[in-house]
This record gives sequence, C-alpha cells and structure tokens, in this order.
Amino acid sequence: MKGRIDTLRLTAEAAAGLLERGELSAAELHAAYAEAIAKRDGELHCYLRTTPYTGGAGVPIALKDVIGTEGVETTAGSRILSGYVPVYDSTVAARCKGAGLPLLGKTNTDEFAMGSSTENSAYGPSHNPWDPERVPGGSGGGSAAAVSAGLAPWALGSDTGGSIKQPAALCGIVGLRPTYGTVSRYGIVAFASSLDQVGPTTRTVRDCARLYGVIAGRDPRDSTTVDVPGVELPTAEDLRGIKVGVPRELNEAEGIEPGVKEQVAKAIALCEELGADVEECRLPLSVEYGLPCYYLIAPAEASSNLARYDGVRYGFRAQADGDLTAVYETTRDAGFGDEPKRRIMIGTYALAAGYYEAFYGKAQQVRTVIVREHAALFERYDVLVSPTSPTVAFRFGEKTENPVAMYLSDLLTIPSCMAGLPGLSIPSGLSEGLPVGLQLIGPQLSENTLFRVGHALEQALGFDFVPERLR
Amino acid sequence: MTAWEPVIGLEIHAQLKTRTKMFCRCEVGFGFEPNARTCPVCLAHPGALPVPNARAIEWTVKLGLALGCEVAARALFHRKNYFYPDLPKGYQISQYDVPLCANGRFSVPGPDGDNEIGVVRAHLEEDAAKTVHVGGGTGRKVGSAHSLVDFNRGGTPLVEIVTAPDVRSADEARRFLQLLRQTIVELGISDAEMEKGTLRVDANISVRRPGEGYRTRWELKNVNSFSFVARGIEVAIARQIELYESGGSVEQETYDFDPDTNALTPHRSKEEADDYRYFPEPDLVPVEFPSGEVERIRAELPEAPGARIRRIGETLELEAAQVLVANGRDPLYEALVEAGVDPRTAANVVLNEASALDPAGVDAKELARVVEARSELPRETYLEAIAASASAGFRADAYLSQRAVSDEGELAPLIERILVANPGQVEAYRNGKEGLLGFFVGQVMRETEGKANARVVSELVREQLAR
Repeated sequence: MKGRIDTLRLTAEAAAGLLERGELSAAELHAAYAEAIAKRDGELHCYLRTTPYTGGAGVPIALKDVIGTEGVETTAGSRILSGYVPVYDSTVAARCKGAGLPLLGKTNTDEFAMGSSTENSAYGPSHNPWDPERVPGGSGGGSAAAVSAGLAPWALGSDTGGSIKQPAALCGIVGLRPTYGTVSRYGIVAFASSLDQVGPTTRTVRDCARLYGVIAGRDPRDSTTVDVPGVELPTAEDLRGIKVGVPRELNEAEGIEPGVKEQVAKAIALCEELGADVEECRLPLSVEYGLPCYYLIAPAEASSNLARYDGVRYGFRAQADGDLTAVYETTRDAGFGDEPKRRIMIGTYALAAGYYEAFYGKAQQVRTVIVREHAALFERYDVLVSPTSPTVAFRFGEKTENPVAMYLSDLLTIPSCMAGLPGLSIPSGLSEGLPVGLQLIGPQLSENTLFRVGHALEQALGFDFVPERLR
Repeated sequence: MTAWEPVIGLEIHAQLKTRTKMFCRCEVGFGFEPNARTCPVCLAHPGALPVPNARAIEWTVKLGLALGCEVAARALFHRKNYFYPDLPKGYQISQYDVPLCANGRFSVPGPDGDNEIGVVRAHLEEDAAKTVHVGGGTGRKVGSAHSLVDFNRGGTPLVEIVTAPDVRSADEARRFLQLLRQTIVELGISDAEMEKGTLRVDANISVRRPGEGYRTRWELKNVNSFSFVARGIEVAIARQIELYESGGSVEQETYDFDPDTNALTPHRSKEEADDYRYFPEPDLVPVEFPSGEVERIRAELPEAPGARIRRIGETLELEAAQVLVANGRDPLYEALVEAGVDPRTAANVVLNEASALDPAGVDAKELARVVEARSELPRETYLEAIAASASAGFRADAYLSQRAVSDEGELAPLIERILVANPGQVEAYRNGKEGLLGFFVGQVMRETEGKANARVVSELVREQLAR
C-alpha cells in the first residue's frame, strides 16, 4: 500500500485501522501526509511549519500554532513570537505525544487567534480548499483547511469566540469547542483566558470524539480544569428521545444568508425525521448582548495576556535606541499587527479606572445573565441548533476594512462560548457550492450527547467532506 | 496653638518561607545562581499558568487570624497590570476587593494604655524579581550602564498587611512593628528580616489637629530597620508641622529616608502607571478556605503579644514587658517567675545575663536554682552556670557542687581564721544579728577567690558560730 495512500479521503479512524492492521507504519502514514502537504500546501498555506517524523505509533496530527510544542517554534501567527521555541510542551501537545500521535506541523492562525479569516496572520492567510479565492475562516483556518484538504487527518484548534467552529463550518468539516474547563489551557498562547478552549478539528464526528478523548481531562497545571466523564464513541443513527431546541434569535438573526438558512432548516427537519422532538425557543438576551459583551471581556483579558510580549525574555525584539520604554514601545509596535493592537487598546480602556464598572464589570454581569438564559433552556432541551456561521466562506479582503463586519462572523458562536458551553459544528450541506455549518450546543459536559446527535445527523446527511474541486 | 496629632498607617510586606513559589514549584531561597530557580511559569513564557501554593494560602490565613481578621469565604486573586522588567507577565497576581483576610485588630500596649490598631487587610501576592543595576557605581538605575534581572525571587509568596491610620506616634509604630514581626516569627511563616528584605515596611504619615479629618499624607519607602522607620516618621511629622505652622501646605509625595543624614528625599518612581487596571485573575478559581480549617488554625494560635505584655506588665515595667514579648523571651521569663524568681530579677536574667541563651533549650526550674544561688556564687561562676544551663540535661545542684570547693577539711580552718579575725561581728551575730552570716560567707568567698561552694560555706559558718 506504500506510496499509494490517498490522504484526501482518509479519516483518522480509517487511518488508525490501517495502522492497527499493520498495512502501513506510522512513519509511512506521516510521510504520506508530508507528501500531500508538499503537493497542495503551496496553494493553501495551511502550515506555518512542518515537522519530521520523530516517533509515535498513531495517526499524525496538526496543531494550531497557538499550541506550545517543545522544541518546535510556536508563533501564534505573530511576528512578536517569531523565533520563539518553547522549552516545554503544552498539556494537549504532551497528551497527543503520550497517545503516540506524531506531529505533522503547526498550522496557520490569525495573530493570537484574533480573527475570523486568518487574514490577520503575520505570515499571510490560509486559503479555503473549496475555493482558494475565499478565506477558510478563523482564527483556526489553518487547521480546518488542512483537515479539509487531506493535509492532516485531524488537528487541534483553539476557540475563544468561534475559532474552531466557524472555520470548520466554512471548510465543511467537524469542529468541537469543548465545555470550558474540560481541556487544559497550559501551554496555549493565551488570548482571553476565561474563554479560550482547545478542541478537535476533524473530518467525522467519531474522529472528533476520539481526539476529544485524547486531550480532555483535569490537569493539575490548569486550575480551571475539571474532571471529565468518559467519552463514548457515537454509534446510534437515530435521534429518538432527543429534545432539540431551535432558538429563534440564532436562526433568524440579521445577516444570515438565505442559502445558509435553507441548509440548516433542512437539517432541522431531518432531526424530526430521525425521531427527535423539535421545538422553537428563545434566547433573546444572549444573542443581543453576547457579542458586545464578548468584545469587552476578550480584549480586556487580551490586553493583560499580551503584556508579557515585551522583547525582554524571548521572541522578537526591535532595535531601539534609548531607554527601557523605547524598547517596549518599538518592539510592541513592530511586533504586533493591527488587530492585537486594536484589542489591546479596547481592552485597556475597558479595564481603566472609572470605566471598569461600566464596561468590564457590566459585561461580566451580563455574562451571568447569558449563563442563566442558556441553563433555563437546557431544562427543556438536550441540544440547541442553529447555523454556525451566518455566511459561507467569504472572499479575501471582503471584511478586512470593517472590523465590526468581521466580528459579526462570530455572532452565532459567541453566546454559547460566553456561557462556557460546548458546541459542535458539522457540515449540513452546500450553499452556492460552499459548505454550510450546523451548530449544536449542549449544556456543560454534554459532549457525548453532542457526538451522538452530530453522528446521527452526519450519517443521515451524507455530506462528502472532500472539497469538490479536489475530488 | 493646639497640638498636632500624627496620623500613621503602615503597609508591611513579608516574604513567606514556603519551600516553593506562590504560583509554580520552583524552590524559594537565597544565594542561588541568578535565574537558576526559574521555570516557564515564573518567567511568564507563553501559555504558562499559575497554580496557587496551598501552604502559602494556609499561612496567610494563620497570620490573618493572629491579627484578628475575618477570613473570606470566597477570596479572589486579581491581576495588577503594569510594565516593569521585574514583572515578567506584565501583571502581578495580587488581591484586590476580596482579600483572604480583612477587618482585624492588633493590640499594642503603650504607656497610656493599649491602642487597638486596625488591620484593614492581610492579602497574598507574588513578589517581583530583583533588578540589579550594573555600572555607574551607585547600584541605582540612574547612571548605570545596564540592568540585569534575577528572576529567582520572582514569584515568592508575599503577604501584604495594611493597617488603618490608627498609629499615633513613631514610637507606637516601632512597637507595633516589633510585635507584628514577633507574631510572624512565632507562627513560623517568615524569617521577617528587614536586612534581608524578607520584611519591608512603608509608612503613610500625615498630621492633623485633633478632631479633624485626614490631611495630605507622605509615603515613606525603602527603610530597612524598625528604628529607622520610627526616625523617618519623626522627621516627617516634624517637617509637616513646620510646613503648616509656617503657613505652607503639604503635597502628596513619596520619600526615601536616609538614616545617616536624617534627610527625606523624593522617591524615584518606577515610571509605572497609577491605573493598575485590576481585574479578577481568570487563570485562577476563587479560594474557598474551609471554615473547619479556620477553626483548627485559630485554636493553635499562640497568645497575642498584646495580651502577654498586659499580663507581664502587671508585675513589671511596661517597657521591659514589651522588650520581653517583642523578643519572644517572655515564656522563659514567666517560667522563672513561676519557679519562684522575683519578676525584676527574672527579667534581668532573661534580658541580660541569659540573653545569649536559646530559651527553647533551657529548663527554667534548673535556671531558677542557679539564679537563687547567685548571691552565694562568685559572679564568674554564676554567669558560667547560666551559660551551661542551656546544655542538655543540665542540673543546677550537680553543676554548682562540682564547680565549687566544698571540701570541709579545706574550708574549716579558713572559716575559723576569719571568725577569730572578726570578733565584733561574731559577737553581734550571736546577739541575734543573723544577717551577718552573709558577711562571713563573703569573706570566705574572697579568700578562696570565689571558688568555694557558697552553700557549703554557709552551713559550715553557721555550725562554727553555733558552737
């Protein structure tokens, strides 16, 4: 079979089967992906750097470049971390290593995971495998595009307000943002600590469950982690006994494209056919206030988290004449791109004395309201469904001039992120030849339910995850 | 002109002597190679996360309880944001609106009765790294060629204690600090040595007319002994009064105090922002210290120094009681008194004659026997006996009898000679002036150059006089 491995269609589960049956070695599998990367990544730019095979008997993996990897440069898509080679592995990288998953490389991301298109990467954007003229989504666009194009069987991303789910939707693959606290943040370049969460980007829901099983669980190095129930690989193909809520505000929000609505409505109808109870419900406060509050809390935490990049201890340092302040200012001016600068400024303002109560303090109070509004719905429903992204993949430059238009890409993913809830995005169909994502949101620690519902829908929908132009 | 009333508040930082740092497991300590005790967490590498030191939290609660504080049911860590090279994260993890301990009172006995000093808070934070300014010769930043940062100290647990502006004199500040330091040392949570920087004191000073609200204050920083703090406060008070009385005003300012010249010089600021943009540390969960633990710790606390000073002050001058307690020598003092030594003598023994002794190693009953025998002993023998009393298994009787000439055959002729040489005194003794016994004993001691066993001599003298 050597030399004839078609990575384009290979799921991680199928790849694991090949390894288990001894049909090829982990090194050969790694080499097959390296070959695919050499062939197709010139066009797509999913990877910031690839890594040679150095051991591990499992299915290889790509990691978003915010995930710290010992001995492998980790830049978070920023110039200010250029040349930074971590001296330690993040917990998730260590867990992948422990599970025998060889590293394929580090994938592209918007700088410090701030963005929805990878256009904010200091190293140039990634391209959508369905249409290279379009963005793959972001910030985890590199991971999503790599998995979509068969340049990795699976990958890890990180999600603060939609950075796993939105690119998964735009690239026609599966992405899970896990419950806050189930996956360690130790070693993940921090964006907004109270929201950041690492999760899988995969081609199938079963692959997603497998990878989640590898990375989830309490970590003594991250005080915010909790014990996690055992992961169950989904098998059921029906949805009998499942109560599905359809929040009107998430499904009828302004800006949702008709083609997206149509595909999602089809999937919701399918839920009923599969035996679920489907009912419309309301989530008014979360959708109205989720995004504005997110854009206070996330920048506020970012302004503090990004303070450590001062050119003193690691990474990039600009040539500066003058005193310490000059070193700080020149380094940070040259090292950060526009989006981190914008968020540092907004965040600094939101935390300033005299404004704290009105901005950060108020946003945290609203966050509690959002948590309660979701919790009330989960007394009645097992999952909530909606589109993941209001639009399909957009063209490069379409939203870069207007930050707020870009921020609205995450309108539908942000409310549940603010509530710390898990969300799964699965492809539900095509609109104008581009993938549409279906978002499934569950209560805390309901990942197994999301896998079950996602898997049943995935089987019924029969979506082909290989981009049409690559078939 | 009515009097001016000083208003003083103190802010104390004490480094906890936990084995490891506040938020990582690097070893805490002095004298290591620069930056040898560091890790991704205390160097603020990307992605590193803090994990709190449970022992440091417990010790802060312990100190808070000793200062009469309430312990928060759900305390929060906050980020205090500012840029400085000794702060690698760009923020210090500290506490803000819900500290571990708050609302305490600490009693400081004084000549005019006790003053209860309010303890606003006792909170836990991490220490900054140490910046060393190289070149320029002064060790100061200005004029130095460059600066080096040693992160070994960075992240050491630090307790901050803030008092209410309840202190009313420089001397009271000194006494408060001595008792606070002693409390910290007795709890075993910090070495609390100002010279080493494990205890640091800032003072806020203003003056006012009695009954007035607070006036503008000066902050006094970087003073490295209690007596310098007291002197700096005195200088600041005098200067402020002078300013007001000459029609001037006091502007808010931070000063360094130079004990050599008694000068207050404006403190060079760190060019840091005044707005620290505090917000709850999202990398940590709230600290919910179990109430059962609080009660267990409370039950194990040593008695408050104020109460000890008051009790000892009933039979001894207050200043002596303060010195005994502030140095932790009051348990030995009280044990000596318990063993029958009179208070003044006991205080003198503990503070002077036995000041070099570690009280922990002394059997007070045996030491008391030495003290009882002191009038019968040559000074040198007495002091040697005191020094010996700290050795394990010391028995006063055995020690003293070994050390002294007690051979009757040697002493009897000597005594006889002395009695013959002092017929008047012998006559007076026999007529009832028994106090003269000491005179005869003293004569014998002089003749033997202090080597005789005073008790044996005394018995022999009495026998001979009775004949």
